[in-house]
Amino acid sequence: MHKEMIIAGFGGQGVLVAGKIACIAAMTEGKHVSHIPSYGAEMRGGTAHCGVVISDEPVSSPVVVNPDICMVFSTPSLNKFEPRLKKGGILIYNTSLIKEKPKRDDIVAIAIDANDISLKHGSKNGMNMAMLGALVKKVPEIAKLDSLKAALDEGMTERNKKHNPTNATIMTDAYNLIS
Amino acid sequence: MKKKILMRGNDAVAEAVIRAGCRHYYGYPITPQNEIPEYLAQKFPELGGTFVQAESEIAAACMVLGSSAAGVRTMTSTSSPGMTLKLEAISYMSGARLPCVIVNVMRGGPGLGNIAGSQSDYFQATKGGAHGDYQSIVLAPENVQEFADQTMLAFDLSDKYRVVAMVLGDGYLGQMSEPVVLPDPVQSVPKKPWALTGKKGRDQQVLASLRLLPDALGNHNIDLQNLYAEITKAEVRFDSYMTEDADYLIVAYGTCARVSRTAIKALRNSGIKVGLFRPITLWPFPSAQIGELAKKVKKILTIEMCMGQMVQDVRLSVGCKTEVDLYGVAGGVIPDVDKIVERIKSYE
Amino acid sequence: MSNKIYEFPKSIKKDVIPHYCGGCAHGVVHKLIGQVMDELGIQGDVILAAPVGCAVFAYRYLDIDGLESPHGRAGAVATGLKRAHPDKIVMTYQGDGDLLAIGASETLHAANRGEGIVTFFVNNAIYGMTGGQMAPTTMPGQVSSTTPFGRKVEDAGYPMKGCELLNTLERPYYIERCSTHDVKHILKTKAAIKKAFEYQKENKGYCLVEILGICTTNWGMGAVESTEWLIKEMLPYFPLKVFRDKGVRTDA
Repeated sequence: MHKEMIIAGFGGQGVLVAGKIACIAAMTEGKHVSHIPSYGAEMRGGTAHCGVVISDEPVSSPVVVNPDICMVFSTPSLNKFEPRLKKGGILIYNTSLIKEKPKRDDIVAIAIDANDISLKHGSKNGMNMAMLGALVKKVPEIAKLDSLKAALDEGMTERNKKHNPTNATIMTDAYNLIS
Repeated sequence: MKKKILMRGNDAVAEAVIRAGCRHYYGYPITPQNEIPEYLAQKFPELGGTFVQAESEIAAACMVLGSSAAGVRTMTSTSSPGMTLKLEAISYMSGARLPCVIVNVMRGGPGLGNIAGSQSDYFQATKGGAHGDYQSIVLAPENVQEFADQTMLAFDLSDKYRVVAMVLGDGYLGQMSEPVVLPDPVQSVPKKPWALTGKKGRDQQVLASLRLLPDALGNHNIDLQNLYAEITKAEVRFDSYMTEDADYLIVAYGTCARVSRTAIKALRNSGIKVGLFRPITLWPFPSAQIGELAKKVKKILTIEMCMGQMVQDVRLSVGCKTEVDLYGVAGGVIPDVDKIVERIKSYE
Repeated sequence: MSNKIYEFPKSIKKDVIPHYCGGCAHGVVHKLIGQVMDELGIQGDVILAAPVGCAVFAYRYLDIDGLESPHGRAGAVATGLKRAHPDKIVMTYQGDGDLLAIGASETLHAANRGEGIVTFFVNNAIYGMTGGQMAPTTMPGQVSSTTPFGRKVEDAGYPMKGCELLNTLERPYYIERCSTHDVKHILKTKAAIKKAFEYQKENKGYCLVEILGICTTNWGMGAVESTEWLIKEMLPYFPLKVFRDKGVRTDA
């Protein structure tokens, strides 16, 4: 198993945290992982993305150019990264904010109303958690849902740990909503 | 077994600095290493440490010089353009035998270049860079674990030999997060009887590189060369992977070594025997070991994230024993596994 | 019974012949520093960050722990020393090129941070060690080896006023400009050096004492002529005064 993923969105949408939680979940299952953010000038101007590699083998390059999986939180991110996805790759996109449809027909596109799922559980900030729930449902090789939920303990800052139960619920709900 | 945690390279370095017993950090902001000073600025107050954001890279390195002379473990970190400015103090520290640790999270040059990872400071790190006959110990990590471990090792080596020790990472190693087991904190740091503390109760002590008379400076340089010979004898570090039966050898360090391993697996799957030799100390360079391997392989490929710097040391190590090829990439590109495979296959 | 009226300072090495030229101000300033260290009993607690320039070997003459600094960087080097040894007295001794040209940034920022160090700044309006080139404090019209037709202000700007510059900052504790052109002023200089060291003993913060002096060799004049030139050319431009003394209560 070797999966390369890009998670992308606006700054503040929890892009980097989502990548980190996915990595920690996979790491606790004994997989090799790497996570690298866009940084410096690249992160200015409102968009952020990170590259995540999850593999049974040691990770060689942490930089993801053509991902197997793309999780996009916003319209500009869809436009930027959809073309980069590998043929047959998985695109998970947040229909709460993205009104466009993916253009390619050689990929698997998964729509999820991630903001709405988060809001349903009383959180304005749990959209990224919903995306993660959808991710492990569609790509179970990455990590089990339980590992994902457990990863919140290590992956969230002290300040945000109080939201862990809510975030776990959002993950589970999204997981169950995706067929 | 100790717990693995997911940690960014720069953060792991900063944590290793603390665990090495270093409580003096002087630095200046530059991407992609800013998480190191930020982490220490956050943690040092509760540990009684000294964190100074200096007015320049030059000043930061000179503050390191001053605190090193005072006898404490001290360090700075930077990235390539900043490294150029720190060279002044490095030459002075080398001449005055002042230990310190410098972490260079390399980015692309020349000039402002860009902020992506690169390996184009190899010459600067290993061949001096600043003026005078001096050497710094240069360690090259290939993952976040080694970045942390080598930061601790750098303090030990620097104090042991009273030389500057550099950890040469790159923007990718600094920015990426990986599982890491943090090294245990040291219990004590070495005493330094040569340090400046005020002469109360003893004779005056002076730390300087200046030797005005030709004989005096000549002898000082001979002493330094003897020290460098001692370090070369004792501290060469390297790693090899599948070299025993290899027909072809890849020589690569840091991020390039990671990519090479993946290429080697692919090549071996198609029946081509390739091995990796990875220098861990770029200075002292593992010349003898590469020279030995050169006798057994048909061809050597050096892979670097620059236009070919280490390849010169590889060629010097190999001499006429076999041919040395170069695959160099610049500008923040990581060498491509497929291209490595293709290049090695072209040798068949 | 006889009274001892003069003693060679024990903080200065008696058996070392200094390399300074005849008439040079550095010898005078060294002696004053040595005397003050004796009087305050601080010789064993002082660490010197030496400059690059004529005083590069100051640690050969002053019998105190000494550290070499790269040219101009004494302010940064002293910062590192002091931060590691907050209980020691850290001094820099710098010339005009070291302090105000190549080291301007380090000087300004050490002062701005209010580092607990004292800087003795000898201003003789010329680069001495390198052979008489223009310094940041070289006077308008003054001939140097790199201003053979005299310093042109429209080309090289006006001489920089170190004390005035630092006096714009909040953190410095004590800033004074003195001179060594006659005995009266030498004694005033000694008092300033003493005050600065006392403030260091009490850990009051950043102190700078600028000391005007002559450079017979590079000015190309005899000692008398040089002294007259200092009085005539330098004193009006570099006024002698206390710019800042936070230790003096002004509300009394």
